[in-house]
Amino acid sequence: MAEGPIISFDKVNKWFGDFHVLRDIDLNVTKGERIVICGPSGSGKSTLIRCINRLEAHQRGSIIVDGIELNDDLKNIDSIRSEVGMVFQSFNLFPHMTVKDNLVIGQHLVRRVPKRDAEDIAITYLKRVKILDQIDKYPGQLSGGQQQRVAIARSLCMKPKIMLFDEVTSALDPEMVKEVLDVMIDLAKEGMTMLVVTHEMGFAREVADRVMFMDEGQIIEENKPDNFFDRPQSDRAKLFLSQILHQ
Amino acid sequence: MEPSNIPFKQPQPAPHQTTGILGWIKINFFSSWFNSLITIVLAYTIFVLADFFIQWAFINAVWFGESAKACPNSNGACWAFVTDRWPLFVYGLYPKELYWRVNIVYVLAAITIISFLYSYGRWTRYFRITMVIFFPLLAYIFLLGDSFDLEYVAPENFGGLLLTLVIASISILGSIPLGIILALGRTSELTVISKVCTYFIEFWRGVPHIVVIVMFVALLPIFIPDGSKIDVVVRAFIAFAAFNSAYMAEVFRGGLQSIPIGQFEASRAIGMSYWKMMGYIILPQAIRNSIPAMMNTCIGIFKETTIVMLIGFSDLLGIIQISLESSDWVGPPHIFSSAYTFAAICYFIFTYGMSKYSSRLENRSNIEQY
Repeated sequence: MAEGPIISFDKVNKWFGDFHVLRDIDLNVTKGERIVICGPSGSGKSTLIRCINRLEAHQRGSIIVDGIELNDDLKNIDSIRSEVGMVFQSFNLFPHMTVKDNLVIGQHLVRRVPKRDAEDIAITYLKRVKILDQIDKYPGQLSGGQQQRVAIARSLCMKPKIMLFDEVTSALDPEMVKEVLDVMIDLAKEGMTMLVVTHEMGFAREVADRVMFMDEGQIIEENKPDNFFDRPQSDRAKLFLSQILHQ
Repeated sequence: MEPSNIPFKQPQPAPHQTTGILGWIKINFFSSWFNSLITIVLAYTIFVLADFFIQWAFINAVWFGESAKACPNSNGACWAFVTDRWPLFVYGLYPKELYWRVNIVYVLAAITIISFLYSYGRWTRYFRITMVIFFPLLAYIFLLGDSFDLEYVAPENFGGLLLTLVIASISILGSIPLGIILALGRTSELTVISKVCTYFIEFWRGVPHIVVIVMFVALLPIFIPDGSKIDVVVRAFIAFAAFNSAYMAEVFRGGLQSIPIGQFEASRAIGMSYWKMMGYIILPQAIRNSIPAMMNTCIGIFKETTIVMLIGFSDLLGIIQISLESSDWVGPPHIFSSAYTFAAICYFIFTYGMSKYSSRLENRSNIEQY
């Protein structure tokens, strides 16, 4: 591709106190690429994607997102955050606002979209996640799957170039996982750049361009999904896959 | 087929009556012999106390009179004391011919409160905001005067219920915004701001209020030469707002801590600045969670206004005490009990109203969020 990578990590290191969470991470993501990150808990996969919108700050190395280097400059952080959408394991919808207001407030406050237009955009995205009928309810009245779809719509309303998904189906009842994954698959097919931390192998096989396996703060293995799941190279990945398959 | 061989076809005793008034009484008061005993003992006690109070407060009470001589009997309340001194209790030493100004303020206050209790459709919100902004302004203009051709009345002349309400509302309305700012400061990531706020809170919370009040009123002019130019009443108000805001700050800090970290992260991830995140996402939830503790503090503030007596002001309780020592009413101790009963009822009406309003607020926010 003629364009450079939209996200590039160069020798990124991060510590939580004495704990070395990320060790020399090198990573390049091109526009439109879908990457699935998996690995045992505590391996640093969530921390890795949280570094991209600087919910966590790295201590060594450099991270460049869409041509902007992440450093302590607040302006840089704000402009990165407006380009990067993030969906969390625990939904984190604003409980004191209706679904509509959850979607409108970010557009209105951050992107300064007039309220009327913001509402139209909200309706468009709620339709896409198939939840328009819940528009006037409060998050507490929705099921987990519905809340997570609202959270995805909330991020999409901000017109992000990159979407980060941090174990978005882990807190859901099994029968709700599919409705959320379907939304994500649609999004992937539209060409969104996505970094997804998940153990949903069906999802990874269907949409991922690359699967990255992390352990102890390092990217141990990187491969096409079919190759990774069928013929893992490292012993650590073999052990990990055998464990999640036995569940 | 012999019906009696099938055990469940045996006739069973009818279930106890559990509906209707009789059923309700039976379940709640006479469900066992022990509960019945407690019910009877308590009912008798309540009857005796109520009978005594009604005899004392109504049947044997003296309602009108001009001096202690009107109340010779100690078996009845002496409400004559209250009715005789009523204007003093309500208006303090405010000039008699200017009572209408105080009345206007009372009426405006009542309208403001009512506008918060009931909804009148879509204009309610604008009306409430207008009243919140203009009521303090109007109250200031009418009570103090000195503008719009109104005669100046020095705040030293405020007294009784008027003074109690003025101090309480200034303390409460002043300490809430100050408390929010202090709480945000204390939880700030900027070390200097956080430390300054922490020590400010710790200082005002740690010093007895009586000391603060006396310091502000008596000692401030000694330390700050120009301090004496600030009116004594204003200094008292500042003192009240200062230590009460320290309590409020801790209440709001508790509220802030109750908000899950995910709310902060989600706001940040959308790209909100600190102030937008706080103003639209965090504080609305934190303040809701703080309502019970906040109302607790407000009730405390209301009752504590009586310490202005120490610096020579006569709030409701102060003016009752002064009246008890006046030559007309000095005398038998049973007048004391009537006077303090009256004071207790007055304070209770206001604090109970506050507590009822706060539980309404809590219920309303629960309905919204399920």
